[in-house]
Parts: sequence; structure tokens; C-alpha cells
Amino acid sequence: MADNAHAAEGTGLVFHPMDQFKVQPLFGGTDVSWYTPTNAMLWLALTVLAVFLVMVVGTRGRAVIPSRGQSIGELAYGFVYKMIEDVTGKDAIVYFPYIMTLFMFILMNNFLGLIPASFANTAQIAVTAILAFAVFFAVTIIGFVKHGTHFLGLFWVTSAPLAIRPVLAVIEVISYFVRPVSHSIRLAGNITAGHAVIKVFAAFAGLVALSPLAILGITAMYGLEMLVAFIQAYVFTILTCVYLKDALHPSH
Amino acid sequence: MATESHGAEAVAAGHAAAESAGMPQLAVETFGNQIFWLLVALVATYLILSRVALPRIAAVLAERQGTITNDIAAAEELKLKAKEAEAAYEQALADARTQANEIVEATRADIKADLDAALEKADAEIAAKAAESEKAIAEIRANAAESAAEVAKDTAKELIAALGGEVDGRSVTAAVNARMKG
Amino acid sequence: MEGSIAEMGKFIGAGLSAFGMGLAAIGVGNVAGNFLAGALRNPSAAGGQTATLFIGIAFAEALGIFSFLVALLLMFAV
Repeated sequence: MADNAHAAEGTGLVFHPMDQFKVQPLFGGTDVSWYTPTNAMLWLALTVLAVFLVMVVGTRGRAVIPSRGQSIGELAYGFVYKMIEDVTGKDAIVYFPYIMTLFMFILMNNFLGLIPASFANTAQIAVTAILAFAVFFAVTIIGFVKHGTHFLGLFWVTSAPLAIRPVLAVIEVISYFVRPVSHSIRLAGNITAGHAVIKVFAAFAGLVALSPLAILGITAMYGLEMLVAFIQAYVFTILTCVYLKDALHPSH
Repeated sequence: MATESHGAEAVAAGHAAAESAGMPQLAVETFGNQIFWLLVALVATYLILSRVALPRIAAVLAERQGTITNDIAAAEELKLKAKEAEAAYEQALADARTQANEIVEATRADIKADLDAALEKADAEIAAKAAESEKAIAEIRANAAESAAEVAKDTAKELIAALGGEVDGRSVTAAVNARMKG
Repeated sequence: MEGSIAEMGKFIGAGLSAFGMGLAAIGVGNVAGNFLAGALRNPSAAGGQTATLFIGIAFAEALGIFSFLVALLLMFAV
């Protein structure tokens, strides 16, 4: 392996797996202030456009017998609607637009991020942290508004023996506050990992001897990443539903 | 080992141009930008979905549900009608069958009556003819017996006369009558 | 030379934390395998539990992602 690397130095075998996550201004310069149009902004805009195409343009026919485009929109709608109904319950349907927003946004962004030379917003800790903390604060506030101090019963496990309840309460509180961290790191980490691995394989493709293997690896990873892109959007949404269920029905 | 450190230096050199070496995700100076645009994108997505897309899809799904329900009701009605028609048909068939049976019975009775009448008449005729014939036969028989007695008496008288006997008419008649009876 | 020892420590640490990803893979396989075993015993109940399956997989996988994050931090950020 070391010999290979030595031999490859001349041909430029250098790994920059993380460069694809750099935020850069679109129109030159290096300053990134809060309003600068960057590649992050471009791909967020494209994500919104993709959501618009699928959910609005696709369903413009309003046909009773749906066209293909309309079927996709209806499928997404039914998928999230049923998820909320199954996991959280019928009383959570009022939060359906927000959960649908999360799902469609993450899904479209994950898939757009898989386009070569694109920018994956969901691989950015800043982005996923905002998404996860929005869910965390929303769920906490909903819990306190709906149940007042009864919401704290979530941490006081009445089904356990009295002696171990304080210990359980500490564990529950810690796990409650770790939720947004794991919620955001899971999404960003998955997308980062997949993209970085593809990039590493791509670097190996520069070696003639390894290139067939590398291209095969890229293809396989790309297929896996398509799956991960969907599953991570699904997992993020379903965990949001689970947390919301805790807020709406805090009894253990 | 030297190679790896060289690689790491190359990585570091590559990042030297950028403000922060290492993970671009941790470049805090880009957070403001990302978060701002993210919030804009999220609000835009939320508005698109909640104002346009979701009500529209919900309406389409409700309309489809309604159409399906209506169609099922219509199909149910048609099925009911078909059942009614079938029942009417069965009824008509049964009626026709009873009627046909009645006609058959009536015809059979008529024919039987005619036949009986004809048979009776024929029987009567046959009986009359038979009686007539019997009478004729009896007459013929009576005539024949009388003639035979006559012939026998005459023959007997002639025979007695021929044999030289004295003809006693009364005794001959008695004797012939007795023979004829015997 | 003293810099290269620090480099060595970073790479060794990153490699060690990569073990965590393999262990998380075992965990994910465990979840999926047990789900399949249960699903084959009672296929009619399996459909309703796919959400639970994915939640379980997500929790198991998150820990692997944490160790991957540690590796990344060691490689690129420390």
C-alpha cells in the first residue's frame, strides 16, 4: 500500500474527501457573511424547487385518476400521513404540515446531494442541528403547553420501584437532552460518511491498476447511498413523530 | 509512516488556502450563512406545502374517496336492479310453466271425455249389434230345429210306411220330439 | 519529528475509533436479524413493526456514526 502511494505521488493521489463540504460564495471572493449567496444557498433553493416540482407542479392536474407525477406526490402525502397516524396518533395530524416539510426537505436534499459535484446541505452539522433543535424545542414547548408540569412525568417512571426511580429519572433526563444531538449527528454523519467514502474511492480511480475496482466501489456505494438518503429522511421523520408522541402522551 | 505524514501535510497544505483546516462542517464562520438560508428554505417549503400542495392533495384524495364510494353505491344499485329483473324473469317463467300445465291438463281432460264418449257409443253399438245377431242366430236355430223335427217325422213316417208298418202320427211325433230333446 | 509523533497518534486514534463502526454494524445486524427471525415466526405481525425496526436500526447506527465522527475529527480537525 505504501509503495502504491509512493508511486502515485507523481500522478496526484491525494485525498480531499472533505473538500466537497466547503461552503463557498457563488460569485468569487472568500468572505462568507450571513447573506452571501453561497453554494449552500444554491442547493437549498434547488431543494425547495424540487419540492415545488413534485408536490405542486406534479399534482396540478388534480385528476381523480392520478398521472405518474401526481402519484408520487400522493404517495409521499399518504406515507407521512400514515406514519403520523400510526406512530403518534390521530391528534397529531395538526402538526402534519411541519412534519411533511421536514420529510420532503430532507429527502429532496439528500437526493440532490447525491448528484456529482453538488453540495449536500444535510451533511452540515449547522443545518441538521437547526432541524433537530427545532424539533426538540417544539416538542418540549408542546409538551409543557399541553400538559403543564405533568409533562415532567415523562422522567418519573411510575411503573418502576420507588427506590430506583431517581436513578431512572437522571437517565431519562440525560437521554432526553441527548436526543437533539443524536438526532442531528445521525443525519449529518450518515450523509458525510457516504459522500466521503465515495470521494475516497474516486481518488483511487486515479490509479490505473485500481480504477476498475474503484469504479465498481463507487457504483456500489452510490446504490447504498440512494437507500441511505431515503432511510435517513424516514428515520429523521419517524423519530420526530416518536418525540412528538412523548409530548402528546407523556404517560409511560 | 513517512508517506502518511506526507499525505497529511498535503491535506493540510490543501486546506491552507481555506480559513480553517480540517472539517468544513466545523467552520463556524459559515454557520450564519447556512442557518439563514436554511431558515429561508424551510419557511418557503412550509408555505408551499401547507398553502398549496397539502390542501390540494387532500382535496384530490377526498374527491377520489367520494367517487369510489359513489361508484360502489351505483354498482350496488345496479346489482339490486339486476336481481329484481332476475326475480321477475323467474316469476314469469314459473307463471308460464303453470299456465302450460293447466292447458295440458284441460286438453287432456277434453280428449279423455271425447274418447270416453266415443268408446261408450261404440260399446253400445257393439252391444246392440251383438244382441241383434244373437236374436237372428236364435231364430235361425229355432227354425233349423223345427225343420229338422219336421224332416225327421216325415222321414220316420216314410220309413215306417216302407217297412209295412201302420203309421201312427201321434206316436211318431212324440218319439221324434223325445229324440230331438235327448 | 516531534510533529510526526502527534500525527501518528492521530492516525492510530482514528483507526481505533473505526472499530466502533464495525461494532455498530454488529448491532445493526443483530437488530435486523432478530426482526427477521421474529417476522418469519409471525409474518402477519411483521408489517406493523417495520417502524420499530427502523427506529432500532437508527439508534444502533447512531453510535457507529459517533465513532466515525471521532475518527473524522481526529483526522481532519484536531
